Amino acid sequence: MSDDKLVGIVLVSHSAEVAASVAELAKGLAGGATAVPVAAAGGTEGGGIGTSAELIAAAAAAVDRGAGVAVLTDLGSAVLTVKALLAEGDELPDGTRLVDAPFVEGAVAAVVTAATGADLGAVESAAAEAYTYRKV
Amino acid sequence: MLDAEFFRRWMAATATSVDREAERLTALDSPIGDADHGSNLQRGFKAVTAALEKDSPDTPGAVLTLAGRVLISTVGGASGPLYGTLLRSTGKALGDAAEVGEEQFAEALRAGVDKVMALGGAAPGDKTMIDALVPALDALGDGFGAARAAAEQGAEATIPLQARKGRASYLGERSIGHQDPGATSSALLIAGLEEASGE
Repeated sequence: MSDDKLVGIVLVSHSAEVAASVAELAKGLAGGATAVPVAAAGGTEGGGIGTSAELIAAAAAAVDRGAGVAVLTDLGSAVLTVKALLAEGDELPDGTRLVDAPFVEGAVAAVVTAATGADLGAVESAAAEAYTYRKV
Repeated sequence: MLDAEFFRRWMAATATSVDREAERLTALDSPIGDADHGSNLQRGFKAVTAALEKDSPDTPGAVLTLAGRVLISTVGGASGPLYGTLLRSTGKALGDAAEVGEEQFAEALRAGVDKVMALGGAAPGDKTMIDALVPALDALGDGFGAARAAAEQGAEATIPLQARKGRASYLGERSIGHQDPGATSSALLIAGLEEASGE
């Protein structure tokens, strides 16, 4: 399995620390998933709390290996900005998809699944399925 | 007829009023939001002004499409993609005509508002920018002055509403009694049309 076939994962949070930490957590819990391209796009360009279209576009470009990019977001403007960028048509790599998933659990599921060489649809399903895991 | 110059004046008038009202918008966003609406939009429209000066797009559609793109990439809050989508979709609906009639513009703006509703999932009465924009659309047939008045009334009418979208919705009944910042800035945007037309 060559690294250039792996689905890329972008984690978008209002906070740079949250996005970076969840990326680290997902890669850590995924064990040997070091080959999976994961990029964090957290906060504003100035380091504040918010969403940056530029950081999202740069992260998506950085993890694109030609197998598609799964984007997971926290809430509010993170969701809306990704949707608006997708509607633009040319801001994100071809095959970029906003995945409807819980941020932390979905990120872990996405990275673990992407590490197996699964395609974008399978990565998306695994991340979305994380919603069904009840804790109580 | 409305030419590219009219749409530049619209964006410039909006940038000026957003700049003037930034503190008020942020103050409205403090009790029910995250207190950044004024500064976010101020940054966005400042960038729109700069981009329009630099690129000088020469059709109404191109002016609004560029303004929308810039807002999406510079605002940093939910208002960026929402206002960005509004202007961009309106601009796309205008196509590449050098001039557009007021009726054609009203139709395009309605298409833009529909896109915003689809993106954010808000309907009239949810205490959002839609509550200023939809009344403005309905009044646009009577001129830009009527649209401005309708948008301002719509924004004020959000005070007794309970928020059903965005961060304010987490507050439940505590969102009642506050004017929605998004509806307030939407009223500024609509007021810019009247200023641009010199009516």
